[in-house]
Amino acid sequence: MPSDAITEARRQIQICNACRYCEGYCSVFPAIQMHRNFAEGDIVQFANLCHDCRGCYHACQYIAPHEFDINVPRALASVRQQSWKAHAWPSCVGQLFDRSALAFSSVMVVSLAILFWLTTAMRPASGEGFYSFMSHSLMVAIFVPSFLLPLIAVGISVRRYWKAVGGGSIRWQYIAKAVNSLARMDNLSGGHGEGCNFEDGDRFSNARRWLHQATLAGFLLCFASTCSGTLLHYGFGMEAPYGFLSVPKLLGVPGGILLCIGTAGLAWLKTKADPNLGVASAWGGEMAFILVLFGTSATGLILFAATGEPAVQFLLPLHLGFVLTFFLMIPYSKMVHGFHRLAALLRNAEMMSEDSSLRSH
Amino acid sequence: MPGSGSNKALDVLVIGSGNAALTAAISAREIGAEVLVLEAAPEVYRGGNTRHTRNFRCMHAGPTGVLPGEYGENEYFGDLQRVTKGNTDEALARLTIRSSEECYGWMQDHGIRFQPPLSGTLSLSRTNAFFLGGGRALVNAYCRTAANLGVQFVYGALVRHLELKDRRILRVDAEIEGETKSFFPRSVVAASGGFQANIDWMVDAWGPAARNFLVRGSPYNRGIVLRNLIDQGVDTVGDPAQCHAVAIDGRAPKFDGGIVTRLDCIPFSIVVNKHGVRFHDEGEDLWPKRYAIWGRLVAAQPDQIGFAIFDSRSIELFMPSAYPPVEAKSVEVLAMRLGLSKEALVATVEEFNNTCRPGTFRPTELDGLATEKLNPPKSNWARPISNPPFFGYELRPGVTFTYLGLCVSASAQVRAKGSPIENLWAAGEIMAGSILGEGYLAGFGMTIGTVFGRIAGCEAAAHAL
Ligand SMILES: Cc1cc2nc3c(=O)[nH]c(=O)nc-3n(C[C@H](O)[C@H](O)[C@H](O)COP(=O)(O)OP(=O)(O)OC[C@H]3O[C@@H](n4cnc5c(N)ncnc54)[C@H](O)[C@@H]3O)c2cc1C
Ligand code: SF4
Ligand code: SF4
Repeated sequence: MPSDAITEARRQIQICNACRYCEGYCSVFPAIQMHRNFAEGDIVQFANLCHDCRGCYHACQYIAPHEFDINVPRALASVRQQSWKAHAWPSCVGQLFDRSALAFSSVMVVSLAILFWLTTAMRPASGEGFYSFMSHSLMVAIFVPSFLLPLIAVGISVRRYWKAVGGGSIRWQYIAKAVNSLARMDNLSGGHGEGCNFEDGDRFSNARRWLHQATLAGFLLCFASTCSGTLLHYGFGMEAPYGFLSVPKLLGVPGGILLCIGTAGLAWLKTKADPNLGVASAWGGEMAFILVLFGTSATGLILFAATGEPAVQFLLPLHLGFVLTFFLMIPYSKMVHGFHRLAALLRNAEMMSEDSSLRSH
Repeated sequence: MPGSGSNKALDVLVIGSGNAALTAAISAREIGAEVLVLEAAPEVYRGGNTRHTRNFRCMHAGPTGVLPGEYGENEYFGDLQRVTKGNTDEALARLTIRSSEECYGWMQDHGIRFQPPLSGTLSLSRTNAFFLGGGRALVNAYCRTAANLGVQFVYGALVRHLELKDRRILRVDAEIEGETKSFFPRSVVAASGGFQANIDWMVDAWGPAARNFLVRGSPYNRGIVLRNLIDQGVDTVGDPAQCHAVAIDGRAPKFDGGIVTRLDCIPFSIVVNKHGVRFHDEGEDLWPKRYAIWGRLVAAQPDQIGFAIFDSRSIELFMPSAYPPVEAKSVEVLAMRLGLSKEALVATVEEFNNTCRPGTFRPTELDGLATEKLNPPKSNWARPISNPPFFGYELRPGVTFTYLGLCVSASAQVRAKGSPIENLWAAGEIMAGSILGEGYLAGFGMTIGTVFGRIAGCEAAAHAL
């Protein structure tokens, strides 16, 4: 990993460790305070533990033009970005992180082109609903590998992360802590529950916290909907299209709506946020990621509404194009933050329990 | 600009945007006054020394928010008596202490959030309430509250002159974007801090040694308002030649180094001057009780510089500071890296090591591990400096605040020749000398600012309306 980001983050973290005023905002500062010297793995861990709430920037008496030039959110964002790139698999594809927006648009165009071509050139002679545009087996042939391969890539990248930060064996108790923290997004709570400083200078607001959770919940519901569909198809021989009161729809429609609202909101907040507190080169890719997620959910909902209409002919490949782009980009986009964040929370739970067991001796 | 020129009404003009100024501005506005805040610094540096604070000392009859147990008026006053050696105005001090209790709720109502004590500050957990995010978070919260209430702010507005005539401030002149603008407020609150960043003034008071002092807080606290008022005959209090100074890392910036440049290594070190010679007992008492004497001790040494020397056994015993210590495999090389005479430092370390006695080293209490026949002695934690690597820090005096200030009444009103100026109030560091004649009690600066800021704001508004 290029060491200038690490060196800069280390310089700032050493000052924070002497100051500690931000200790109450998030989990990062208490973790910093367990050390005196910082190995590269420690800094990578802090970077992925940081939820980018930006509280510590606005509270800092040493921001530029002060000569200490503290900007912890930016320093950690740049380590974070680099760590994803360094841990990506296959390693050469990790370079995509530097050109994330371009990568997104290229993958998008290619996916759309392929899907439009398939739905017209390879349109099956028979089939019901969506399957009258593309046969079920063709869909499976495309989407299963393009879902599984990225998952494998993410798995390898998270393993690499876990090694880099010195993680040990995982206990249930750590999982419980990490999931609890994730569910409450307590690292975006500001420590007082009033939220983070993202879209309006030093004003605390829970907007980003709620919108993120809407996105996460929407995503999980959509994922569950797909799983339930698969189960119905293979387990019970019930084929799509499913009616409004079917399990896949009951999960998928609210999921899609939440995902739409969440991602639209996050994209809007992102346009309000101070770019000086993030990595400039990452902005486009992060925005592209949010918009692709938005596009996936929005086209999914429209497609559902248009069931039986001639427009499905265009809507289906459009939606599938978004889905395919999203899947393929999982390991090389902002989406990895979720996996790394979970790993960082697990590692933090482990570190805190090591610390308290040390103290009780 | 509101209140500038004579065209628009301005009830209360507040000078400064630190804790005292903001509590005054909010209090005045809540009563209904039109309030304008003039701050010399640009917006990013608003909040003066308040940006560097982390807690305030709060009386409480029982568990209150993050504060456990109780901290009563008499215990609080006793603590103040001890640190000031009785150099305090009892009536004002008791007023401050009593009022501190209701500050907690008031601060919360105006956006301040508290947290349990920061790690490494357990000794203050019962007496001091810590601000979540520290002083700059507090300044941000107050500024938002004030702005939402309709208080106007002008940054980069340096107040140069208050026209005092017949016991009234008739006009306030400020330099804004290179031009002098005049304001004609009905009431004025001076909350512009001390003069420690005014090096020339410090030199007048201290002598040329003051050029080598570092200032821990804002470069904008230059005492311009204080000087202007003194020149027009207002009453002052406090010794102009006194300031609160601690020994900080010599590599710290000239201004605004704040909390991260402090060094807590002295009890586990020996401290030498630039000739490599020790000059004071490093183990006299527990560190929190001796923290504040080392600024003056170092200031009295040639070139106002000192060096703390310790070895690898002590490196983990104190809070880390912003800069890593200078490190070397031998005392000779350490001397060289610190710019000290090799022979002198080696001789001092050897002499010290030879006078250390066997015994149990207990870093968190007075362990009585004293040197034998060493002058000056080291009365506790005297353990040979012999385990490489060796470490050293350069020490300089870092000034926290000055004591000379405006003499105020219990209603925060400023006086000239014993009688009040009708429309001038003062709060915070600029009048803290009225209560704190010498010494310092952790967290008391913010308490004085909050109590008198609120009083000054209310009085100023009542006068204007
Ligand atoms: C490193 C450090 C840590 C500290 N920690 C604590 C702590 O934890 N608890 C505590 O109680 N105290 C602490 N103190 C002391 C504390 O900072 C002060 O007591 C307190 O901030 C004083 O508040 P104030 O509003 O009077 O002054 P300040 O906060 O200094 O505000 C004065 C303001 O006036 C402005 N100003 C000055 N001159 C002019 C002018 N001519 N025109 C316009 N504006 C002007 C300045 O720019 C500044 O913004 C600390 C001090 C330092 C240096
Ligand atoms: S970000 Fe600034 S205020 Fe916060 S802990 Fe670090 S140095 Fe201190
Ligand atoms: S940005 Fe927020 S989450 Fe990240 S280190 Fe700062 S306070 Fe913690």
